[in-house]
Amino acid sequence: MIRLNNLVAAYRTGRGSINAVDGVDIEIPDRCILGVAGESGCGKSTLMKVLYGDVLSPMSLASGSIEYGFNDDQNKPVTSDTIQKQWFKRISYVPQSSMSSLNPVVKIGKQFVDFPGHEPNKRKVMEQVKTYIGKLGLPVEILDSYPHQLSGGMRQRVMIALATFFQPELILADEPTTALDVVVQKEILLLLMELQEQMGNTIILVSHDMGVHYQITHRMLIMYAAKAVEYGESDSVFAAPLHPYTRMLISSLPTIGDESARNGIPGSPPSLWGELGGCRFAARCPLATDKCRAEEPPLVEHKPGHFAACHHAGSEIPAAGEPIWQ
Amino acid sequence: MAVILRTEGLNKDYRLGGFGRAKIITALDDVNINVESDRPVIISVVGESGSGKTTLAKTLLRLVEPSAGRAIVYDKVVAGKGAQPSKRDFMKSVQPIFQNPFEAFSRYRPVDAYLFETADRVAGLQAKEAEASVDHALVAVGLDLADVRGKYSNQFSGGELQRISIARALIPDPSLIVADEPVSMIDASRRMIIINLFKRLRDEQGRSFLYITHDLATAYYISDFVAVMNKGRVVEFGAARDVMGNPQHDYTRLLLSSIPTTRSRWRPRSRIAG
Repeated sequence: MIRLNNLVAAYRTGRGSINAVDGVDIEIPDRCILGVAGESGCGKSTLMKVLYGDVLSPMSLASGSIEYGFNDDQNKPVTSDTIQKQWFKRISYVPQSSMSSLNPVVKIGKQFVDFPGHEPNKRKVMEQVKTYIGKLGLPVEILDSYPHQLSGGMRQRVMIALATFFQPELILADEPTTALDVVVQKEILLLLMELQEQMGNTIILVSHDMGVHYQITHRMLIMYAAKAVEYGESDSVFAAPLHPYTRMLISSLPTIGDESARNGIPGSPPSLWGELGGCRFAARCPLATDKCRAEEPPLVEHKPGHFAACHHAGSEIPAAGEPIWQ
Repeated sequence: MAVILRTEGLNKDYRLGGFGRAKIITALDDVNINVESDRPVIISVVGESGSGKTTLAKTLLRLVEPSAGRAIVYDKVVAGKGAQPSKRDFMKSVQPIFQNPFEAFSRYRPVDAYLFETADRVAGLQAKEAEASVDHALVAVGLDLADVRGKYSNQFSGGELQRISIARALIPDPSLIVADEPVSMIDASRRMIIINLFKRLRDEQGRSFLYITHDLATAYYISDFVAVMNKGRVVEFGAARDVMGNPQHDYTRLLLSSIPTTRSRWRPRSRIAG
């Protein structure tokens, strides 16, 4: 189980410091695919950076900690202070842009054995790499190619192969299919699901596409303006979302075969620079009352395993009339 | 009935490399689309990257010259052999909206300068008339001149900037607006605001749109006609509800079955152990 203890990540800037992740406090069970959703600027990517231990100035871990629930080679539990030593071994990362993550002037095969060590060792690893990429549906010839010779889908498979080769306990995937076409996206997502089942590890997947989350995740975390606003089992979150933001996110995009009008979510999230009193979604929320504007709702368990931060959790949203287009 | 958009055997080859080793890439391969209607329509072009969607848009915008064939918009030949209108006439009837609103406007120039430039150079309006037409266009997209005047692109959100670029396209009073992936850079929660705006401009102002996208769900939501492209060819074309409700071509079926929906799962998920 991965435990995030009241995590606060701050960026230091010329105008002062802002909290891009502000007090996220959740437990992620083992062997699950966790989906993280929210609009741009809500802190999804910062949360991933903190989880990966890639905390570089101007970002800092202002307070809180992470317990990863697995031990290092000395049998000590890994925490946010020691996670960097576990990169690729127990935690790995699949980035959004495979083109800018692979070295353009080194052949794919060489990038697999890009670690310090002796030659015979590398040859042995190379044999394992060949069998492994075969399992992922990649031809062996790609090891002799440069990244630009492969298609986007193939490159993303190579990234997944690199990230999963050592069977890490935790894989972070930040929008792994956003740059891909729907047909290739489906193949990559099915591959991730299959690998997760075989290896029994945890995957944390960031995506803005609620359809992707519905297809592959076990649990969902919805973020809004640096806060966790809803967290729970995917089935429960999609069947009966508690937070009005989640509800609007799920129903904001059209589906084929459904003619009903879709509105999107009017307005934009509050600036993290300003005064942030009360519920951060209040200005865009159809259910907002004076209580919402005055008092910040805590993330509480409304149903077993289903958390939400809302004073009106589970209330129906009044039906909108005319499609809003402004 | 007026011809809103017709392409006749439209072809575009790109040459890669030179001399004896030139490789020909066919970006558009005999594209024939015919849309006739009395009412303004939204035509979607869907397909994967590399299918020729953007080349089709560029041909209609006269940014690339077709290798063969021609294109007709509202009974005027706009591209290919016998293209009639002068540049100004052409820009008055077909206007573009591009994918990335942050790249469409320079950071060093106030955005209203683009609007007044279009009013002056394309629509031929000066002073009071220009101001009135710019304000009218901005009101049509839910903004007004007072909000926009003197501001730079970094003072707007992506959605607002995209609405300003739609307003810019409206100033010369075009009959067809070519929108190449207009919402892919906009946050998912605010995409529908732009999409609903297209619908509204079609119904209230009588603009036709060519909506180029890889997102089949929004294409279904707004379009009257859909063309599905694959490898430079139009593999299926027809009324949107027919094509997406009852797809005939295997490629269309493949595309439709690959959309991640929140209705049915591709396969059951494993259980969480413990």
